[in-house]
Amino acid sequence: MADPVLEIAGLSKRYGALTATDDLSLTLRPGEIHALIGPNGAGKSTLIGQIAGAIRPDAGTIRIMGHDVTPRSIAARARLGLGRSFQISALASDLSVLAHVRIAAQAREGGAFRFWAPVRWDADLREAAMTALARVGLADRADATVGALSHGERRQLEVACALALHPRLLLLDEPMAGLGLEGTEAMTRFLADLKHEMPILLVEHDMDAVFELADRVSVLLYGRIIASGTVEEIRADAAVREAYLGEAH
Amino acid sequence: MTASLVIEQLLNGLQFGVMLFLMAAGLTLVFGVMGLINLAHGSLYMVGAFVTAYVAGVTGSFWIGLGAGALAAAAVGAIVEVTVIRRLYARDHLDQVLATFALILIFSEGTRMVFGAQPLWLDVPPLLAGAVTLPGGQPYPVYRLAIIATGVLVAVGLFLLILRTRLGMRIRAGESDREMIGALGVDIARLYTLVFALGAGLAGLAGAMIGALQSVEVGMGEPVLILAFVVIVIGGIGSIKGALLGSILVGVVDTLGRVFLPLGLGQFMDSSAANTTGAAIASMLIYVLMALILAIRPKGLFPAHG
Amino acid sequence: MDRRERAVNLGLIALVAAAPLVAWALGEVYYINLASRVAIVAMAAVGLNLALGFGGMVSFGHAAFFGLGGFVAGVAAFHDFEETLFAGLLPGTNQMLVIWPVAMVICGVVAAAIGAISLRTQGVYFIMITLAFAQMIFYFAVSFPAYGGEYGLSIYVRNELPLVDTSDPMQFFAISFLGLVAAIWISARIMASRFGAALTMARLNETRLATSGIEPFPVRLTAFVLSAMITGLAGALFADLNNFVGPSMLSWQRSGEIMVIVILGGVGRLYGPVAGAILFILLETFIGAETEHWQLFLGLILLGIVLFARGGVLGALAGGARHG
Repeated sequence: MADPVLEIAGLSKRYGALTATDDLSLTLRPGEIHALIGPNGAGKSTLIGQIAGAIRPDAGTIRIMGHDVTPRSIAARARLGLGRSFQISALASDLSVLAHVRIAAQAREGGAFRFWAPVRWDADLREAAMTALARVGLADRADATVGALSHGERRQLEVACALALHPRLLLLDEPMAGLGLEGTEAMTRFLADLKHEMPILLVEHDMDAVFELADRVSVLLYGRIIASGTVEEIRADAAVREAYLGEAH
Repeated sequence: MTASLVIEQLLNGLQFGVMLFLMAAGLTLVFGVMGLINLAHGSLYMVGAFVTAYVAGVTGSFWIGLGAGALAAAAVGAIVEVTVIRRLYARDHLDQVLATFALILIFSEGTRMVFGAQPLWLDVPPLLAGAVTLPGGQPYPVYRLAIIATGVLVAVGLFLLILRTRLGMRIRAGESDREMIGALGVDIARLYTLVFALGAGLAGLAGAMIGALQSVEVGMGEPVLILAFVVIVIGGIGSIKGALLGSILVGVVDTLGRVFLPLGLGQFMDSSAANTTGAAIASMLIYVLMALILAIRPKGLFPAHG
Repeated sequence: MDRRERAVNLGLIALVAAAPLVAWALGEVYYINLASRVAIVAMAAVGLNLALGFGGMVSFGHAAFFGLGGFVAGVAAFHDFEETLFAGLLPGTNQMLVIWPVAMVICGVVAAAIGAISLRTQGVYFIMITLAFAQMIFYFAVSFPAYGGEYGLSIYVRNELPLVDTSDPMQFFAISFLGLVAAIWISARIMASRFGAALTMARLNETRLATSGIEPFPVRLTAFVLSAMITGLAGALFADLNNFVGPSMLSWQRSGEIMVIVILGGVGRLYGPVAGAILFILLETFIGAETEHWQLFLGLILLGIVLFARGGVLGALAGGARHG
């Protein structure tokens, strides 16, 4: 089996009396979609925060592409190849779609510390950004301001920003949320396609999408992974049914 | 360098710290509860000082002046809160800074128009005019001790108010969750006016007491205000405990630095060079202290919010 | 930037350029110097605007850089005049071409130190800390007697520039005006560059910037340093304009004034500081001529603008939200 691109070992995070992440271990391997499910309050957001670098764990390590990134910043993890989308869109509504994707392309195309040449005339940057936008089908909206985008388009833009980094793995936080039936189907097809280029750690509420896409599913409850396996194994797991699926379905 | 000099300067530092605490307490309360940065807090200190000096001059009674000064500052605070400040709670800090900067200009010129450009003076009341003898034989003015005692009383009173009373409960609720106290049915507008007036009254009290130690003039508030900012940045914005500790730290470090740095440098260089270098370094000491504390704890010693 | 804003910008810059020409034709030297003041103060505000408007860093301590720039000009001229050495090492100079880069480098280094500490914090902490550091430099200048202490330092003969008679008001105005135009041009180039894009994102959505693989801290710190360098250069010119530098150039009121000019003009607009400086200095000059209590009216006007008319002069003239 290939080396994992993301490897989490013994991760713990406490907030006072609450244990949000409890000695958690998890891997993401090349070519797979690993879905992470769990009821609200199971500790998904805290876990994502720790993987992305926004929250410091109390104990444990996170490795990306074999590098221990536990003490590293959000940006450093992004440069190592971690692309992510947000549950609640992290976008600047006054800026154009293109400006968002260009920023993501900057980091790999020569960095941010160029003070003189106008970014508008930077052909490399524009091309990289447009390629990413075309991938998600947002190329014709490049000059729109983000404030004018629909909810679904913002989700697409989030993914385009992540792709413009040329990431080696994706961390997607509920990419289907609020997309509607058609949008969800399109996103599902897109991700199924994308996983051959980069493995995806998918946090998602939409069970149909999860069961369709995931190669492996892990179930998070009270900060712990209570079950992990193929879709069939998870469907059959009694503990999961009791703890989670019985509640969701 | 005698023990009595050290004790005397420690007391001076403590007294200065108490003045800073009276200023910082209001600033940090207003920031903690309403999320407002108020540059015009120094103006309320000035109002307290002017009203006290003026009323004491007219009535001949320091005590009537003191009461009038603190009350006037509280009243002015309440009026300003109702007319201007409450429009700023929902604004960003930039707007708050500008609007309260504008208030400083208005208060400073307004005070100059009402009281004139000449500084006012205030005499120490006969009751507190004497001196006590420190261990070591040095006399020390009772008035400064009275300021320290007032500061201790106010600190105790504030802690009791916040921990033991309904008002305090609401203040604490407001600090942790602004929407929650609305949901509890507390009249937020009145609570905010009350908190602001309380902070203003404390600043006014500080101004009222300082009038017997230094001249009362326009512009006296801002240097104290900026030091109070240093205090609450060190202590952690929103924390009364932090304000108290920060005040005493800043008061003592600043006072001792000004006296002992030139003396200490005098061991190594000639006395005039030691005096100028010492004074210059001493003037920067508390800022260096602030920088050091922030380098270790960016949110101050007692961060109130997370 | 839309066409209307472009027209307003052009009008503003033309106004600053034309005013001294009219004054010169009428023989009113006072108004030529007033125009120089507008240009220099606007330039200081252009510097602050880079940090405050474009970078979202509300610095309440930019007088530190304005004053430091001024003191570089004053101290250089002092040692040159007295024929003594600075710190026993360096001779003075009266050459602006030496003074300017030195002023900018010193301001940049000090800003790097202040920024490295202050930018670890955000929001209200940042405002108070920058204010506190500026106060530190102010008190140092007041209590350090070698360069006049609280009384400041006179520059007996204005510093010199090759081929130019700096003591001629019109020629000095030309220097100030070109300085202002250069500062605006440089700001425009920076904000249109990759760095500007990153700085804009640091202001609007820091998480997005970091997620894109760019550390927000060095971007902010660099912008803060550049901002301080521009304001510092303006300070050096200001000292030469007044033939004087004193602690008042370092005071918190001065920081507030530069900030007010940025806001009056319109935060985060390239030419906002020009509009703000024109308005501020006109108010100061003409209300100041009517009543000694002009600051009361300035306060009321400012309060009115903050409470009721957001967006500043350029917001009113050119309309629309500020551009990214």
